[in-house]
Amino acid sequence: MDVISNAIDALVDITPLYMEGFLLTLALLGISGLGAFVLGIVIATMRISPVPALRLFATIYTEILRNIPLLLVLFFCAYVLPILGVSSDFFLLAVLGLTLYTSPFVAEAVRSGFNGVPVGQAEAARSIGMGFTQTVGLIILPQAGRMVVPPLINVFIALTKNTSVAGIFFVNELFKATYAAARDNGDVVVLTLVYAVALYLAITVPLGLIAGAIEKKVMVLR
Amino acid sequence: MSMTVLYDAPGPKTRRNSTIASVISAVAILAGLAWVFFTLAAPRVSANGAEQPGMFDESRLDILSDPEVWGAFGGGVVDTLRMAGAAAILAIVVGILFSFGRTAASKWIRVPTSILLELFRGMPLLLLILFVFLLFSTGSYWAGVLGLGIYNGAIIGEALRAGIVSLPKGQREGGLSVGLTSLQTRFLIEFPQAFRQMLPIILAQLVVLLKDTSLAYVVGYPELARTIKNLQNFYGSRYLFTLFAVGFVIYLVMNLTLSYIARYAAKRSGPKLGKITPEAPKIPGAEGTRAITMPRGGSQHGEAGNSHW
Repeated sequence: MDVISNAIDALVDITPLYMEGFLLTLALLGISGLGAFVLGIVIATMRISPVPALRLFATIYTEILRNIPLLLVLFFCAYVLPILGVSSDFFLLAVLGLTLYTSPFVAEAVRSGFNGVPVGQAEAARSIGMGFTQTVGLIILPQAGRMVVPPLINVFIALTKNTSVAGIFFVNELFKATYAAARDNGDVVVLTLVYAVALYLAITVPLGLIAGAIEKKVMVLR
Repeated sequence: MSMTVLYDAPGPKTRRNSTIASVISAVAILAGLAWVFFTLAAPRVSANGAEQPGMFDESRLDILSDPEVWGAFGGGVVDTLRMAGAAAILAIVVGILFSFGRTAASKWIRVPTSILLELFRGMPLLLLILFVFLLFSTGSYWAGVLGLGIYNGAIIGEALRAGIVSLPKGQREGGLSVGLTSLQTRFLIEFPQAFRQMLPIILAQLVVLLKDTSLAYVVGYPELARTIKNLQNFYGSRYLFTLFAVGFVIYLVMNLTLSYIARYAAKRSGPKLGKITPEAPKIPGAEGTRAITMPRGGSQHGEAGNSHW
């Protein structure tokens, strides 16, 4: 019985720390998810724009950020951005780093959604005399929109897991809380870890289910 | 000049406007980069009033002529590759096991495998590495290898499963009808085709794996990121920027090389769409090169149209 009451004590002890971390993880996910969504759409637009300089810039941007570990991206944000005049609040820097790192993945998801619409759809629209705005607005966007959602949700699932890396950089999110709890509660390490895993799964599993449901719905429609 | 179905071929006026827009944005981008460069290069005054040299100052770069620094970087690269190599092999093995478990006939195998897979895919890799490190006292190398192997194995397993599911039913029926057992059919008939089909995805995942070795930082394994940190502790934070810039370039070179090899291999031995399987699995973006939105020449146009119908 002693073991169990010990475990319950530890659980009660670490819960405030975990909840604080969980909320911070959610905040990181929400803010940088939104930022990455906007930035990703900008990058995707640049990549398909008729201006070669913008296309080249977007391609190089994507290649660099996709081939650098998040740890390094976050480091550069933590060290270089303050020199460039951004305030050195670690939460803000982590949000910026996660936004930058996630944006190329959003751009790719958006682009793949557009590319998933058969080219014949656009050709048909053009051949009956629709202009650019009509073709994109009436034919392509409605089809691409729902095809973008599942890969986009997968990007956000990855972002959820990536927020843990911000814990290395002094942001007191869930991973940092777990690290501290595991260190302080040597006798119930398993419990502290399983607790954290459960909290992460509470975000990622529902997101995955939503993605799966939407995917199934789109498949039926097509 | 870019061509897409979305709008008419640009005339002389549009082309001129496009060139002007291109020059203006190029100048804007270059100006932004130059501003970043000169802000970094400028000496700045720290909080306590002391002036610090700029980021590209000689006093920050002199360690680059020290062979020991390069030796340490070399060691970091070797350790990174050692971990990535072992983890890649483990990931493929775990992936194969997962894909078999997920497609097993008995639900006593299928359901637990699915739950396990969701678990590994849903938790952060960082947490998984820490989990292995603290629970099994494996030491940092094996914590990283096991964490990376299991996590990426779960993802590769799902890709392989999608490949097996997408095969025409006749493949399995054919195998069974010539007298192969269920397991033989899976190993000899279905799996090789699924593997080929999914090779591009598996290789792309291995690039991710190489990148993620940096997370073994958290358990103190001396891979590249930890090497940089150790060097910084040894030589002083004056060199922080220089060391990370070097690490940045090394990571970029390693990953771009691997990406290039992956793309080359995928092109050589990837799925022969429409030959092995009439119904290729629906992977968003897999057919991405034939884009509505992508600029392309007229010659690819017909090909792109055909492949969709």
